[in-house]
Amino acid sequence: MGLGGMSIESVREGVASGAATAASVAETYYARIAAEDGASGKGINSFLALSRERARAQAEKVDAMAAKGDALPALAGVPVGVKDVLTMTGSPATAGSRILKGYMPPYDATVVTRLEAAGAVLLGKLNCDEFAMGSSNENSAYGPVRNPRALDRVPGGSSGGSAAAVAAGFAVASLGTDTGGSIRQPAAFCGVVGMLPTYGRVSRYGLIAFASSLDRVGPFTTNVRDAATMLGVLAGKDAMDATSSDRPVGDYVGALANPVDGLRIGVPAEYFGEGLDPEIRAAIEKAIDGLRGAGCEVKTISLPHTKYAIPTYYVIATAEASANLSRFDGVRYGFRADGVKTLSAMYRETREEGFGAEVKRRILLGTYVLSAGYYDAYYRKAQQVRTLLTRDFLTAFAEVDAIVAPVTPTTAFKLGEKVDDPVKMYLEDIYSVAASLAGICGISVPCGVTKAKLPIGVQVLARHFDEETMLRVALAVETGQA
Amino acid sequence: MSEGAGVSMDEVLRVAELANLELTPEEVPRMQRDLNAILGHIAELNELETSGVEPMAQVGGVLGDAVETAGANLRADVVRPSLDRRSVMAAAPETDGRFFKVPKVIER
Repeated sequence: MGLGGMSIESVREGVASGAATAASVAETYYARIAAEDGASGKGINSFLALSRERARAQAEKVDAMAAKGDALPALAGVPVGVKDVLTMTGSPATAGSRILKGYMPPYDATVVTRLEAAGAVLLGKLNCDEFAMGSSNENSAYGPVRNPRALDRVPGGSSGGSAAAVAAGFAVASLGTDTGGSIRQPAAFCGVVGMLPTYGRVSRYGLIAFASSLDRVGPFTTNVRDAATMLGVLAGKDAMDATSSDRPVGDYVGALANPVDGLRIGVPAEYFGEGLDPEIRAAIEKAIDGLRGAGCEVKTISLPHTKYAIPTYYVIATAEASANLSRFDGVRYGFRADGVKTLSAMYRETREEGFGAEVKRRILLGTYVLSAGYYDAYYRKAQQVRTLLTRDFLTAFAEVDAIVAPVTPTTAFKLGEKVDDPVKMYLEDIYSVAASLAGICGISVPCGVTKAKLPIGVQVLARHFDEETMLRVALAVETGQA
Repeated sequence: MSEGAGVSMDEVLRVAELANLELTPEEVPRMQRDLNAILGHIAELNELETSGVEPMAQVGGVLGDAVETAGANLRADVVRPSLDRRSVMAAAPETDGRFFKVPKVIER
């Protein structure tokens, strides 16, 4: 099996059996990154920073445990990459923005702490759209990421580096974040598994905030079982995040042993309308047929407010972003404009020079919808429609156990193809934002390729905190592909 | 929300000021065009009758979790060490080690 096909379990077993050391595994991955990722501007450009020292120290710790014959934790020796919107001491956290260039965070994100406690070897920080705002990774101040499956195409976004690194075999797993589709869409574009846990399932402490009521952290992996393993490590209450849930964490890997026969699967009619690529439609229908063959009861359902999800999202997400991003003003961290004479000029010029066009666009929109005279018409209205969108799902989940749908209307598009048309770019999120607004869990699983060999993803959605059912269905879809 | 005229150049500048953003002369018309395109799409929300629908600010509210736990989710109110001042100050653009330094605050 080549590097690209390594699973969490195969690495862990290799280290446990003495067939490999965590240090040698990390070195192998670093060598591959050095050869193929940066490489004189022609590489994938997924890593923004490598955390070699931290990785070496952690690998030594894991190897010492293995040498003593200690029981090894779930991710022992597993090389993992971390999206650059998460903090990790010893490495810069830029969030893909010039305004945080070189910023060294003083603490670790809770998910980073949890990964290391489970034995993971953190290789470095992964490229993304600036402040996680984008669907193509072209909004990074540090250059776009290329899709490892087709180098002239985008990897998706905003977690483009996280998806590309796993697809290219630069890491066995990675962390991304999803506010409106930023894990599921790049997973679909790059042909890997990407999971959006239920809102509150995974701590957001140490995540540089974009839209706090929507932001979530989740894993990218090459297969569904690894996603279940990662969730088991990441999930759980965190005293540092008041929105993290104290609901019991499930046995996600164990749940995979339960067959899917008898599960009721809903297929939302609204997700198969105009604009859906016929090759994607055919692949999703094939996956649904597979579930039917595995004993699932499949029925058509309606999520009637679907067409309002994007406008709702772009009001709520930008409103929250305009507040969250006010902290970047040149005072406490990151970039400060040169030669400014007064405080107010420093704020304005720092933000003008530090933020890219998409971030400015969203700050302006968010400020506008919250401004005097527009708050009720836009922000309150969007919050009300958010309730309607959530009710759509709650009503559906009274009748079905999971929902199966496309992740994206198209496959990975060409670099530069949509950069000049923000509305067109936003419409990329048409099948992903509703689940984000509702807070339910979702996962993108590869389900074939087009004639042009571009990956296709299928999305499985389930009830709040029912990741077990979501993962079982996801595994059945994956098994059906084999 | 009013349809028709859309956001004017002056409104773009006013919102930029509220947001502490200094736009370049080239950026203003582009932002005006983009904001109007996006707001045109957002106007579709007006098709929906929402009077009496509770606004949703947080996912926990829908699940009833926030109500059930009634603040029990918050961490204990006890004194604990804060972040190390040196590591925080090390990231500041300008500092004397204790405080963040900024240009003149009073401008007149």
